[in-house]
Amino acid sequence: MTRVVIAKVWEIPPGERKIVVPFRGRAGIGVFNVAGRLYALRNICPHKRGPLCTGERTGRIAADAPPSNRDAELTVDGDGEVLRCPWHQWPFEIATGRCLVDPNLRVKTYPVRIDGNDIVVEYKEEESS
Amino acid sequence: MTLEMEITARPAAAKRTDLAVIDTDIHNFDLYDSPVFDQIITRYLTPTWREHHRMIGMRGAYGGGYPRAQPNAARADSWPPSGRPPGTDLDFMRKQLLDAWDMDYGILNPLAGAGGQLNLEYGARLARAINDYQIAEWLEQEPRLRASIVVAYENADLAAAEIHRLGDHDGFVQVLLAARTQEPLGRRKYWKMYEAALAYDLPIGIHFGGLGGAAITAAGWPSYYIEDHCGMPQTFQAQIASLICEGVFEHFPALRIVIIEGGFAWMPSLAWRLDQSWKRLRAEVPYLKHAPSEYMQKHFWLTTQPMEEPRQHRHLEQVIEQMNGAQRLMFATDYPHWDFDAPDRALPATLPLEIRRKIMAENARQFYRLA
Repeated sequence: MTRVVIAKVWEIPPGERKIVVPFRGRAGIGVFNVAGRLYALRNICPHKRGPLCTGERTGRIAADAPPSNRDAELTVDGDGEVLRCPWHQWPFEIATGRCLVDPNLRVKTYPVRIDGNDIVVEYKEEESS
Repeated sequence: MTLEMEITARPAAAKRTDLAVIDTDIHNFDLYDSPVFDQIITRYLTPTWREHHRMIGMRGAYGGGYPRAQPNAARADSWPPSGRPPGTDLDFMRKQLLDAWDMDYGILNPLAGAGGQLNLEYGARLARAINDYQIAEWLEQEPRLRASIVVAYENADLAAAEIHRLGDHDGFVQVLLAARTQEPLGRRKYWKMYEAALAYDLPIGIHFGGLGGAAITAAGWPSYYIEDHCGMPQTFQAQIASLICEGVFEHFPALRIVIIEGGFAWMPSLAWRLDQSWKRLRAEVPYLKHAPSEYMQKHFWLTTQPMEEPRQHRHLEQVIEQMNGAQRLMFATDYPHWDFDAPDRALPATLPLEIRRKIMAENARQFYRLA
């Protein structure tokens, strides 16, 4: 088990992130605070290898019907829970790594834990990179 | 899941160090509203036209703007620390593009809007200013870069004059037009420009965009940006059909055209359709000595970006085979734009190495006569 200290807990308040490079290769890892919960994602977009974790945070935009239906509204849920790759704007759910436009695609996620004042990510070396 | 596997266990042949890279579509200028673009233009305009630029500015047909959340249509990470707009900071471009991918050469295509100006003389002055900017701030600074001659293409006399002014400059390797012109490009009003380009063995690059006044679709103006963004192949297909059917290549047998940022998966069906109709209608265009597809194979090249991304890689490989893409395609990133294709991810790794080698660099090396 390899243990990497990412930051002190106060360094990543809600809505913030920290990107640590290198982490299992030169692309690095991004640790995000979403409403008090921490999530870690590999900083490589599984679409075209863009630096995913440097992208903008947004929500899930949806509409229950086309605008020709008069009552249809656009909704934005979970603002800050979705990360958009800075290259092609593909959206990923930070909590799960799931891509919202391609259900077969997922960015690698890592469990994050708090150890005293440290935010720690651990991984097994045999999950080869 | 499957794609992630591909990243963690990449085939050895897909490593970027294996293949030389030439990028055939880099943007070092854009029309987007920014004081820096204005400074660049005014620096290279004559005083009289500087005053015109200040008083009146650009006026063209409407349409074609970028989404607001995507300023400059740029990759979000392409804004240089210097504060200049994406694509205009040479040091940052070196770091993020030329050095990062170890490129042999890059071709600059400034999106200057000069050709779409309603005031033709002003358009020609803008073109000239952008070309002088390219010489001073790009070609004389970076030996890996080559540039396109921007022209006011709606007036062939003005365009030809600019081509003659710069045709002997080693840094310029093509004449740049935008796809949405006032008339289809085969029509005679444009021929003098082709004649001038040929005098210097320069190919004609036709890039995504332009504001000729016509709607982007033959069915009128669509509601959404996504329709506009994906609609450009219609324009390119119309331009190819026009250039062939008007007999341009019978008149200029050495003329070479490159379709830039139009994608390419539509190319085989266009060839089949034109050939089929030509068999029935050749009496209408009797000066065509060959099937339309033969002109396409002899006179047209295409840049890769934006790569079509079918769910199955083999479908892309089939299209590349159908269009003889191993000979006709040239790799492009479209840097710094957000539909950027990265050199190590653009082509399916399952494509034979020799074909990837040609598409990534060798076709462009030959086409642009690079060493």
